[in-house]
Amino acid sequence: MEEKITVREQKIVKNRTKYKMMVFGGLAVFVILMAALAPYLTPYDPYEQDLSIALQPPGGSHLLGTDRYGRDMLSRVIIGSQTTIFSALFLVAAVTCVGGAVGIICGYHGGKLDSFLMRVSDIFLAFPGMVFAIAVASVMNGGVMNAAVALACISWPKYARITRSQVMMIKNMPYIAAAKLSGSGTWKMIGKHVVPNIAGPVVVTAVLDIGTMIMEIAGLSFLGLGAAPPTAEWGSMMSNGRSMLQTSPWVILAPGCAIFLTVVIFNLAGDTVRDVLDPRE
Amino acid sequence: MENILEVKELKKTFYKNKIPFEAVKSVSFQMKKGQCMGIVGESGCGKSTTAKIITHLTVPDGGSVLLNGRETLSLKGKSLRKLYGEVQMVFQTPQDSFDPRCTLGDGIMEGMRNRGMKKRKAKERMYELLDMVELDGGFASRYPHEVSGGQCQRAAIARALAPNPQLIICDEATSALDVTVQAQIVELLKKLQKEQGLSLILISHDLALVQNLCDHAAVMYKGSVVEQGAADEVIRNPKETYTQMLVDSVFGWESPGRRQPFIYGGVCPAGCGTA
Ligand SMILES: Nc1ncnc2c1ncn2[C@@H]1O[C@H](COP(=O)(O)OP(=O)(O)OP(=O)(O)O)[C@@H](O)[C@H]1O
Ligand SMILES: [Mg+2]
Repeated sequence: MEEKITVREQKIVKNRTKYKMMVFGGLAVFVILMAALAPYLTPYDPYEQDLSIALQPPGGSHLLGTDRYGRDMLSRVIIGSQTTIFSALFLVAAVTCVGGAVGIICGYHGGKLDSFLMRVSDIFLAFPGMVFAIAVASVMNGGVMNAAVALACISWPKYARITRSQVMMIKNMPYIAAAKLSGSGTWKMIGKHVVPNIAGPVVVTAVLDIGTMIMEIAGLSFLGLGAAPPTAEWGSMMSNGRSMLQTSPWVILAPGCAIFLTVVIFNLAGDTVRDVLDPRE
Repeated sequence: MENILEVKELKKTFYKNKIPFEAVKSVSFQMKKGQCMGIVGESGCGKSTTAKIITHLTVPDGGSVLLNGRETLSLKGKSLRKLYGEVQMVFQTPQDSFDPRCTLGDGIMEGMRNRGMKKRKAKERMYELLDMVELDGGFASRYPHEVSGGQCQRAAIARALAPNPQLIICDEATSALDVTVQAQIVELLKKLQKEQGLSLILISHDLALVQNLCDHAAVMYKGSVVEQGAADEVIRNPKETYTQMLVDSVFGWESPGRRQPFIYGGVCPAGCGTA
C-alpha cells in the first residue's frame, strides 16, 4: 500500500517536472525564436523617425506607444531582443566552453598547470565583477560585442571552478580507472566518460546565467558602454528614456518589462533544467 | 613453472597537505603462471595501492614490476595498451565500475573497440563473454543502476576477460556483495581460472576465501608484506605475530597463550610487522 503511494507521488512529481519543462522550455524557445525572427515581426520600421508622432502613449496604431523620435516602441523592443538575447546567449556559450575547457584541463591533469590556471582565475575572481567589466568595456570603446567580451572576462572563472570540482569528484571513480584499463586514451576518456558525467551541473549554471547575462549586458548598455545609440537594445533604450520617466513612462517601461520577463523566463527554464537533470533535489 | 608476475620493493608515498604517508613501503612477491594468489591485510594497509601500481593506475616512487619477465612500469602509449591486454582488474564496487551513462554492453566492448575490433565482431564477443559469466544477453543493453550488484560484478568480470588476459586482479571483488552472491562469484572465478588458465590475484579481507581458493598468500601490514607462502600454510600455521593476530581475530581460535585482542582498526603491539 505504502509503496503504491510513493510510486504515485513520484509520478506526480515527474509529471509536474514534465509540465514545467514544457511550459518554461517552450517560453524560452519562443523568446529565442522571437529574437531570431525579429525583423519579420516588427509592425513598423524600428529605426524610422517621425517627429510628428513623437511620444505617443500606448494604444491605437502604436501598441506600446512611440519614443521621442516617433519610433514605434513595440518594433524597437522586438528588434532589441535580438541584440540583447543573442549577445547573452553567445556570451554564456563562450564562457561555458572556455571555462569548462579550463576546468577539465585543471581537474583532469592536476599538478602545476592546475595550480597556475587556478591562480589566474583567482585573480579574475578577486576583482569586483561589474567594476572590472565597466573598466574593460570603456577601454574598448563600447559596442555590444565589447561589452560581451568584458563580461566574458569576469565570468569564465566561475565555470572553470565548477567544472574543475566536478571533474575532481568523478576522476577517482572506478569507472574512469576501468576505462583506462580498457585502453581509452585521454581524448576518448574526456569526451565519453568525463564530459557526459559532469555536464549536468554546468549546463544548469549556464542556463540560469542567461538571465543574469541579459541583465548585465543591458546594464552596461544603460551605462552607455554597450550598444551604441541607433542600435535598439533594451538597456540603452531604458537609458535614453530615463529623463522621460515621469512624462512618458512607457518609453522606459516597455524595454524594462521586456528585460524583466525574459530574465524570469530564462531563470525558470534554468530551474526546470535542474529539476530534469537532477531529480534528487 | 615460470613466474608470471614478479613484484620487487614497491614504494609509494602519498602527500596529504604536505604530510607524507607511506601507503606502500616494501612490497615484494612472485607468482607462478596459472596460480591464484591471495593478498590479505587490514583496511588501509596498501592492498589497493599495490594493485593500482601493478595496473598502472598509480605511479610508484620506486620498485619494479615484471610481467613474464618484462619490466612494465616504464611502459607508455601503445605498449601500455598492450599491457592492458594482459593484465586486467575487477573493482570493489561493481556499480561504480561502469560509467552510469553507458550500458554494460558498451562498457564491455569499449576495450575491444579501442583495440580496433570491428563493431559486429565486438558485439559477438561481448555476448560470448556474457554467456561465459552466466549472464543473459539482455543485460548488454542495461545501465549499471538497472542491475543488481552481483550481476554488475559478473559484467565487470566479463569486461576484464574481454582481451583474454593472463592475469586478473580482483580488488575485493566480492566484499560489496551478500554472502550467497559472493559464493556464486567465487565459483565463477574458480571456474574461469580453470577453463582459461588464468592467473588470479585475490585481494580480500576474507581469510577463509583465500584459504579455500588460493595457492599462495601474502599478508600485508602497514604497507609491507610481512609473510607469504602457501595459502593453507600461512593461515593454518602463521609464523609472524601479525598474521597470528589476523587469523585469531577472524577465526577466533582459542589456542592457549596465543589469543589476542581483535585487531581491526586497533593498534598492533610491538613485535609485529617486522618481517
Ligand atoms: N590517492 C590517495 N591520496 C592519498 N592517500 C591515499 C590515496 N590512495 C590511498 N591512500 C592512502 O593509502 C593507504 C592505503 O590505501 P589502500 O587503498 O591501498 O588500502 P587497502 O589496503 O586497499 O584498504 P581497504 O582494505 O580498505 O581497501 C590508506 O591509508 C589511504 O588513505
Ligand atoms: Mg582497497
